[in-house]
Amino acid sequence: MRFAFIVSETLSGIRRNLSMVISVVLVTFISLTFVGSAGLLQMQINQMKGYWYDRVEVAIFLCNDTSTAASCAGGAVTDSQREAIEAQLESQQASAYVESYEHESQDQALELFQDQYANLDMAESVTADQLPESFRVSLVNAEQYEVVNEMFSGMPGVEVVSDQRELLESLFSLMNIASVIAIALAVIMLITAILLIATTIRLSAFSRRRETGIMRLVGASKTMIQLPFLAEGVVAAMLGAAMASIATWAIAKFFIADWLASEYPQTGFISSTEALWLIPLLFVIALILAAASSMLTLRRYLKV
Amino acid sequence: MIRFEDVTKVYDTTSRPALDGVTTEIERGEFVFLVGPSGSGKSTFIRLVQREEKASSGTVYVSGRDVARLSSWRVPHLRRDLGVVFQDFRLLPNKNVFANVAFAMQVLGKRRGLINQAIPEVLKTVGLEDKAHRFPHELSGGEQQRVAIARAVVNSPAILLADEPTGNLDPETSWGIMEVLDKIHQNGTTVVMATHDHEIVNTMRRRVVELHEGQVMRDEAEAGYQPADATAQLQSRLRKTEVN
Repeated sequence: MRFAFIVSETLSGIRRNLSMVISVVLVTFISLTFVGSAGLLQMQINQMKGYWYDRVEVAIFLCNDTSTAASCAGGAVTDSQREAIEAQLESQQASAYVESYEHESQDQALELFQDQYANLDMAESVTADQLPESFRVSLVNAEQYEVVNEMFSGMPGVEVVSDQRELLESLFSLMNIASVIAIALAVIMLITAILLIATTIRLSAFSRRRETGIMRLVGASKTMIQLPFLAEGVVAAMLGAAMASIATWAIAKFFIADWLASEYPQTGFISSTEALWLIPLLFVIALILAAASSMLTLRRYLKV
Repeated sequence: MIRFEDVTKVYDTTSRPALDGVTTEIERGEFVFLVGPSGSGKSTFIRLVQREEKASSGTVYVSGRDVARLSSWRVPHLRRDLGVVFQDFRLLPNKNVFANVAFAMQVLGKRRGLINQAIPEVLKTVGLEDKAHRFPHELSGGEQQRVAIARAVVNSPAILLADEPTGNLDPETSWGIMEVLDKIHQNGTTVVMATHDHEIVNTMRRRVVELHEGQVMRDEAEAGYQPADATAQLQSRLRKTEVN
């Protein structure tokens, strides 16, 4: 009886206040979609970090026949130069920084290249000796790139030591900026949502002041009086969260997993299943939203 | 049942207090008229009992409890012991008579079976047994007030507070309301009725507590009421008419 009554009161409140409730749903939907997108961006950044940081950290490119760098004036790297570099990698001095390394021959480089750019016509015309052979070095601490750079840059047969993280860092910082912007927009929208929910509850309380007046009069409990209004805000926010969850999943599925992943097959993208982890977060935010705005309102407009 | 100990209520410090050092006691099962001109503090008295307001000083006891000290979640329990009726009925226009009365039970979580059983009974008490499905706008003022009374007593409160219940009604209809209130009193409910209708007070011969500018001027059993101001005003108006 009590539960059924609260439900019916909530529904009648929503019906009376439909346009406000719809606006709450939409604002919550948009703001939480921003939150979801920012979440997807962060997940993608982490995914790529994990993917790339394991693979590339520092590449020591060795001279080949087509190298133009000053250090390669002596032509392609010789066997003894290569051994010297390898010995240096193995040395006591380097072991403090070098976690492991792998040698990548020109043939392997070609294979990888053709793999990664399979969709480009150019890939077919590239030959192995146009590509440099390299040592792929992963560091104990990725931040210590400079030390390794100094250690190997001067060595004969080394064309260039490149920190491949740097390329990624700029991409990551771009993605970070994008997620900060998304979060900033989300925060503004969330504030709007809180105020809008508060206004909705206030309007709803005003339009039902006769009922609540009588409820107070006959001694209805605080729960009985306030819960329908609270529920109205929660229901609207939850609907918004549900829509935002669908939108976030759709972005992950259709934009990232389907479209981006087919455009850039060599990059690791998050799957739409991973995006599902964001959904509880969105619902929790919606709940906090509704609770916060109810706190603002109920105490002032629905005193018992 | 209701005890006021030196109760003062100040709404706004610049004007005189609405109640000023009121001490009185209303016993279980009494029928008390609270009389006095507008602004004498009758409504404030009732609001203090309901704990709509807190006394600025002094103590209000209802059923032995100091109402000012009730925690906010206990206040609803106090109000379940009180039925309240107002001059302006305060019915829900979109609900019929049955639903209006049922609302007071639903919000307390009463079972449907109990509601369906209690409402015909209470409607019979107030004389509306055949109008359960009418809407407020289809009823006369007196009938609307009967609905309000039914709603006030359906949860069997120990005390019925009536704030000028006949204020909007013509004398004949008012008598009908008084009969209903009397019947409820006969059933054991303590009734406190604020009014300035001296005809009703004089005919009923009940205890009268007269307030004037927030103070108890008179407290007599089986008394009448001559509103001094009103009579004086009426007399002076009549004199003027004579001169013209």
